[in-house]
Amino acid sequence: METAGKSVPTIPGNTFLYQLKRKLPYIISYGILAVTTLPVIFMYLWLIIQSFASNMKYGLIPEGFSLENWEFLWTNIVYKGAELPSIWTATWNSLFFAGMLTVLEVLIGVMAGYALSRLTFPGREQILKITMILHAFPSIALLIATFYILNFMSLYDSLFGVVLVKTALQIPMTTWIIKGFFDDVSWDLEWAGLIDGCSRIKVWFRIVLPQVKPGIASVSIFSFLSGWSEFLLLYTFIVSNENVTLASFLQRLTSDPNMVNYGVLSAISLFYLIPVLVFFIFTQKSLMKANVGGVKKV
Amino acid sequence: MKVELQNITKSFDKKTNTIDNMNLTIEDGEFVALLGPSGCGKTTTMLMIAGIYKPNEGAIYFDGEKVNDLEPKDREIGMVFQSYALYPHMTVLNNIAFPLKQQKVPKKERLERAKEAAEMVQLGHLLNRKPSELSGGQQQRVALARAIVKRPKLLLLDEPMSNLDASLRIEMRAEISRLQKKLGITTILITHDQEEAMTLADRIALMKDGRIVQFDTPMNLYNEPDNVYVAKFIGTPPMNLVEGKIMYNKLQIDKQTYPMDKSRFHLEHGKEVILGMRPYDIQLGWTEEIRFLGKIELLESIGHSKIIHANVFGKRLQLFAKQDFQAEIGAEVRFSVQPAAIHLFDKKTGKSLRKAAPYGDEMFVKDAALQ
Ligand SMILES: Nc1ncnc2c1ncn2[C@@H]1O[C@H](COP(=O)(O)OP(=O)(O)OP(=O)(O)O)[C@@H](O)[C@H]1O
Ligand SMILES: [Mg+2]
Repeated sequence: METAGKSVPTIPGNTFLYQLKRKLPYIISYGILAVTTLPVIFMYLWLIIQSFASNMKYGLIPEGFSLENWEFLWTNIVYKGAELPSIWTATWNSLFFAGMLTVLEVLIGVMAGYALSRLTFPGREQILKITMILHAFPSIALLIATFYILNFMSLYDSLFGVVLVKTALQIPMTTWIIKGFFDDVSWDLEWAGLIDGCSRIKVWFRIVLPQVKPGIASVSIFSFLSGWSEFLLLYTFIVSNENVTLASFLQRLTSDPNMVNYGVLSAISLFYLIPVLVFFIFTQKSLMKANVGGVKKV
Repeated sequence: MKVELQNITKSFDKKTNTIDNMNLTIEDGEFVALLGPSGCGKTTTMLMIAGIYKPNEGAIYFDGEKVNDLEPKDREIGMVFQSYALYPHMTVLNNIAFPLKQQKVPKKERLERAKEAAEMVQLGHLLNRKPSELSGGQQQRVALARAIVKRPKLLLLDEPMSNLDASLRIEMRAEISRLQKKLGITTILITHDQEEAMTLADRIALMKDGRIVQFDTPMNLYNEPDNVYVAKFIGTPPMNLVEGKIMYNKLQIDKQTYPMDKSRFHLEHGKEVILGMRPYDIQLGWTEEIRFLGKIELLESIGHSKIIHANVFGKRLQLFAKQDFQAEIGAEVRFSVQPAAIHLFDKKTGKSLRKAAPYGDEMFVKDAALQ
């Protein structure tokens, strides 16, 4: 680009215009992006400021710094006369729910994805089609049936029961995504491993799985996030206080529109957000990184 | 290790046989090339020997032992894949050391041997790269090093030099040949390049549509092709082929008759035949017994000599001339060939009419007729 700039030094009057013209597309696109993301950024800013302010004038202008809203971290909140469970119980439950969901989903998804990608067995095509249809059911349509099943299995009001339900709902999509990653691993690679002295299982662990790492990473991230933000199923099937998760915790705080303390609500929302941010910072690298090459397409 | 294929049949779709009743015996320490056009089943054959594909019928023996159900990992083979199939997540060094790791060779020895193998293919300076950071030729050499590092009993090479430049290819060829002789590894090489097959292999199996057409030494394949297909495939430029008819011990082409050697060929009056002459066997001028008069259609210079494309009987024949040969396009040219240097094939079956030629099935009927 610099050489392009140097190649027209004879018309100095033009250089500014030239630079502008060159940068114009960037200026325009960044401008549009900035304007459209502004409301989102503003919302987050408002959330942060509000949680640390002792009062908000007209709901917009912060007045005074206070940690009052963050007291929920060390004391249990009393809301409408009743004491809510500790935030740490809810956090732990959310972590357990999201983590368990991730582990189950990835485990099942990876194995099923490999089977659907590589093995020929009767009914393979049908399974592929049916799983897609299964995914089309919104979980809300299945609530009643799910309730009966959970109740029957004595898993009502159990986090693990809801994990199972959520996993079942998510598995089709996960499997499809991972199958796609396995499809891209060439057979030759697997065969080379077999010839170099591995058993089929060893080839799978040592050679095939490393190739689908980005797939596993992205599926883990998405399932963790969807577990972390799950609300409907947990709200419906979890009743007891010790099993409450963060999303339901927030819901309880807002159950009566007249008594909502927006300061506390913002603080808890932020608290709810932090693990997601941390998780994303640590995992986004593996999302981007993929090992390619070494196999010629023939 | 001696490798035997007995009546091997492989079908992918249950309708057509990709490999059709193949028989092949490779002696211990022998270097065999599988040569044939694209899609004729070379890779499939190799993968069956490697144990990746199971044959639908027939048996494979290693040193007299049936190995149909032996796992690939237990076959003690090394293979270079057509696609290289390097492990993308490992460095060059780890790629090469991988087979040794599976054999539980101690780490120090493993890395030493891997480095040694890398040096052999001139990759010593790239040990810490990932495969994606290598050129095609370099990747191919990594694959070669990985295949030989564990000193397998059987080396399978699926076009191991297709991506190398000419000089590197000749070097690698010499290296493979040296290694193979030194370690006495039974080796099967797949190639499209007949020169490569001719120079490296003890014997060449020429394949077509899932069958072996002729399995013989390079010289025999060249000098005594069993049928038209082999004659056309082996040798560059390819053998000149002209259709004719046997008339009482003589060959008639377009009203011209030529004397034929009855002691060499089965001559049957009235039989339609194909006359084959290698371009190198044709002499300029009427110095030999079988003489032709043609018109020059094209004169190609290939450096050390020239190729004359001459039109005789409406067919274009190729022959060599000295580097300084000069002629007008359209000029007449006289050339001739010794009776001992010609080949005769049955036009209907494509089989050689040579007396010593093996008589057998008529599997090439449909290909026998020229184009
Ligand atoms: N896994 C497979 N499923 C179905 N058909 C196959 C499979 N592998 C090979 N074939 C078919 O078998 C035939 C032989 O294939 P093969 O790969 O052995 O050819 P080749 O001789 O190695 O060719 P090339 O020189 O192009 O590599 C081809 O027609 C191919 O389409
Ligand atoms: Mg092939």
